[in-house]
Amino acid sequence: MASSVYLCLLRAVFLVCFVNPLIQGLSEDESVFQNPHHQQEENLTGLPIVTFKWHHVETPYLVIIWVFVAGLAKLSVVELNHHVISVVPESGLLIILGFILGGIVWGADRAQTFKLLPPTFFYYLLPQIILDASYFMPNKLFFSNLGAILIYAIFGTCWNAATVGLSLWGCYEAGVMGNLDIGLLQFLLFGSLIAAVDPVAVIAVFEEVHVNEVLFILVFGESLLNDGVTVVLYNVFDAFVALGGPRIDAAEIFKGIFSFVVVAFGGSFLGIGFAILLSLLTRCTKHIQIIEAGFVFVVGYLAYLTAEMLSLSAILSITFCGICCQKYVNANMDEKSVTTVRHAMKLLANGSETMIFLFLGVTAIDTEIWVWNTGFILLTLLFVFIYRIIGTFLFTWMLNKFRLVPIEVIDQVVMSYGGLRGAVAYGLAALLDEDKIPEKNLMISTTLIVVYFTVILQGITMKPLVQWLKVKRAAHSDLKLIEKLNNRAFDHILAAVEDICGRIGDNWWTRGWNRFEENYISWLLMKPKARKNRDYLFSIFHKLNLEDAINYVSEGERQGSLAFSRSDEAANVDFKKQFGSEFADVMPNIMVDMSNYELGIEHFSVTSIVKDTIPSVSLDIHGQDRKNAMDDINAHHLLQQHLYRSRKHHRHKYSRSHFSINQNEDEVQEIFQRTMRSRLESFKSTKMGVNPAKKITKHHKKELTHKMPNGHPDGTGHLYGDEEVEGLCVFLPHLIEAGIENPVFLPDMDSPTHSPPWLMETEAVAPSQRAQRRLPWTPNRLRRLAPMRISTCSTDSFLMADVSLTLEEHEEHSQTDHVEM
Amino acid sequence: MGASQSGRVHMFQDLADKTGFSIEQINNLRNRFMYLTQDEDTLRREHLENISNLALNPIRRQIIEAFFDKRNLGEKEKGCLQEIGFEEFVMVLSFFRPPKPRTSDEEMKNIKKEKLRFLFNMHDTDNDGVITLDEYRRVVEELLSSYETIGAETAKAISDAAMLEVASVTVGQMGPDEFYEGITFEQFMQILKNVEIETKMNIHFWNLDKRTMQCGK
Repeated sequence: MASSVYLCLLRAVFLVCFVNPLIQGLSEDESVFQNPHHQQEENLTGLPIVTFKWHHVETPYLVIIWVFVAGLAKLSVVELNHHVISVVPESGLLIILGFILGGIVWGADRAQTFKLLPPTFFYYLLPQIILDASYFMPNKLFFSNLGAILIYAIFGTCWNAATVGLSLWGCYEAGVMGNLDIGLLQFLLFGSLIAAVDPVAVIAVFEEVHVNEVLFILVFGESLLNDGVTVVLYNVFDAFVALGGPRIDAAEIFKGIFSFVVVAFGGSFLGIGFAILLSLLTRCTKHIQIIEAGFVFVVGYLAYLTAEMLSLSAILSITFCGICCQKYVNANMDEKSVTTVRHAMKLLANGSETMIFLFLGVTAIDTEIWVWNTGFILLTLLFVFIYRIIGTFLFTWMLNKFRLVPIEVIDQVVMSYGGLRGAVAYGLAALLDEDKIPEKNLMISTTLIVVYFTVILQGITMKPLVQWLKVKRAAHSDLKLIEKLNNRAFDHILAAVEDICGRIGDNWWTRGWNRFEENYISWLLMKPKARKNRDYLFSIFHKLNLEDAINYVSEGERQGSLAFSRSDEAANVDFKKQFGSEFADVMPNIMVDMSNYELGIEHFSVTSIVKDTIPSVSLDIHGQDRKNAMDDINAHHLLQQHLYRSRKHHRHKYSRSHFSINQNEDEVQEIFQRTMRSRLESFKSTKMGVNPAKKITKHHKKELTHKMPNGHPDGTGHLYGDEEVEGLCVFLPHLIEAGIENPVFLPDMDSPTHSPPWLMETEAVAPSQRAQRRLPWTPNRLRRLAPMRISTCSTDSFLMADVSLTLEEHEEHSQTDHVEM
Repeated sequence: MGASQSGRVHMFQDLADKTGFSIEQINNLRNRFMYLTQDEDTLRREHLENISNLALNPIRRQIIEAFFDKRNLGEKEKGCLQEIGFEEFVMVLSFFRPPKPRTSDEEMKNIKKEKLRFLFNMHDTDNDGVITLDEYRRVVEELLSSYETIGAETAKAISDAAMLEVASVTVGQMGPDEFYEGITFEQFMQILKNVEIETKMNIHFWNLDKRTMQCGK
């Protein structure tokens, strides 16, 4: 709280000090500002050292200052929300903050110099929000509810526009609003612009509320598409208004409807076209990975602008571009680029969202635009609210006749209540032509009031309403993989039963489309390599694995001992010496297997033999490690630090297109050898009576890995030596000794030992320290990593079979790890 | 002729009461049934296997098997039938009937449970009340078999991981000497409780007509 207040104060001061002069810069009278500049130059005799060139940087400076202010505003709002109240949605708070800022500007300037101008909004702020929304659209959900969404978006919007416009006109004719210069067409135009349910506002509120997914997609999809529809409708009515009432006949109306269809669908198809272009493009950006992420934005924006140029619906264009390309783009691009896109997209969208709400507030503080007409404003509010409800119930009633799962009444209430109006409505209102619509300012102020009313008031009450009505919330589940598996099985079952019943149903269509998509579209738009990996289930599996691995590492770091991250080998030595087969902790066994998928999918197989009932034996072990291995750690740590650092200093290089540095082969080799030697030495000092391997060679490891597949438990004793000497934690299962079978935790006896990746590296590469961390000891934390074993079944040797193919990847990985040290 | 007609009507009425389908739906299903069996009175596996669309379904074996599973036919005993009559056919399909509007919560719960039981039985091939890892693996392998790029190994890894997930959620921290047998029905319900199965495991039955009836074979 306090901090945010300070922030506000700070910003206020900042604004008064800085923005004030800036405002003068913006004022029309530029010559006033030019003059002092000239004078300054004249006064100077000789060469000026520095000059103050405000007007050179004026525009970008102002823009960036506002962006900065918006950022600060967001920060303070989030902080405020975090600390004090989560009652008011962020969007509402931003608007309120905008009032304050606008007040400051107005106080300083006696006029509102900063406004949200329609071109700025439509060209620079809106596209990225729409692109973000569509790019992250849950496609399956969207398309499976597409029918309902389209009905709401198209017919619902038309319904809202028509009813609000007509009712207002009726009331006007009845004399409620006094004397206004508005005709029927103008009312309809106003109705169409006020019908835009704003995705920005809706998402902002619904995201905080976490409603169930069907409800979410209905509201979200509707608001996204209905923006497009609104703009089209607006343009049609705008054209009608320009044409003038008397000249409109049946043909013109028909043309209007036709143009509506063409503009809407043309825009959508254009967007799909650009999506195809983008997908094709990312197929061949392998060598310019560093900029491939940019294409998504550039092509998306191009889709928007092209549609605008062709007077098609730009919003629909960019929407469909985002929706259609996401799958292929994500599959084609490098994983890093995908992450880049994701973050950049969110950054841009969030940023402009903040700007929009802030400016919606700032814009309000202006005496010029405010025209008050109680009748008009209140009636608009009332009609907007009522017809939204009526429309929702009406269309849902129709839809429910066809839907397998009817939309519940409660959901309908929330849907109608979620009809928040936002910046699109304002943008369209500000676009109105004052010559044609004399009451433009009244419309703007009414729109603003509707926006404030819906965003702030409905936003605040949304959460309590959802709670009060007990709307089905999104269920949070820990089970990710099995859920997906079940869903998949489910789809097949439903399709099969439909087949058996001989009916062509939704599932039939979905399946038909999937097959077509798989065979032709993916073939066209995806890299062959990506095609291999694109399976959804698989990617989930992959993602979860990565997640687990990351969790596991951070868990290790959190548990914090140096031993965890630095001295695995020593830890293992001690561990075994001490506990032998009596005690066992989770035995980590990392298996990085990437061969099949070439993407770098990691299977970590956690295997464990637990005899101790306390799952956290590891803590003790760590204690032990630390004591015993301290010297060892210090030695190596020092050595490594030294080695790496010195190298880095000398070899640091800058590259515009690559991140990695310091990957020189010789050097890596050298580091490896040195660290290995140090390990050997340290090992000798701790462990007696084993025959240390003198060399770490390819041959040796091959031998080792060959031995394993035979799976002789008795071989384990001998192998210990080798492993430990190498300072590598290959654990062999103590299955026999433990004598307990717990399929979850048991290692695969029959399968070859899963040697950790660094062991597999036949090339001399220093094992990365990071890769050597132990796997988690509480199996609970790592749910998905371990392959299980059924006692009766002898299992997979696939783990081993793949290893040889993966050497290169391993190498790469550990090298990168290396560099990070 | 008239007598058999009225007998059939009677039978349909019984079935309708039992399964919740409307007479018209049952009539439609009857037509489909006769079409599938080529006018025989009983349906055998090969009849279903001949459906061409089904041939592409990776888990068709299990689905077909479900039709012949006695557990799904309301009988206590376990095991499989070799052929089923129309009544059984309808009864299996009734698992996919959307719940009627305005069903009470209690009924909804039962419907959900029945549907889940059907799914569970589909996975639990040896009728021992537990989906073992072995059984589950087979399901996943079949499920993923249509994606030729995902090898059996991956399928195995995925099923293992999924099983582990179930184990960790349902059992929590397992003792060291516990043996995770597999998923029991209770656990199965638990893991699927968030999936609104009663709203998903449904198929439209109402607009079956003669035209679409001919499709799929």
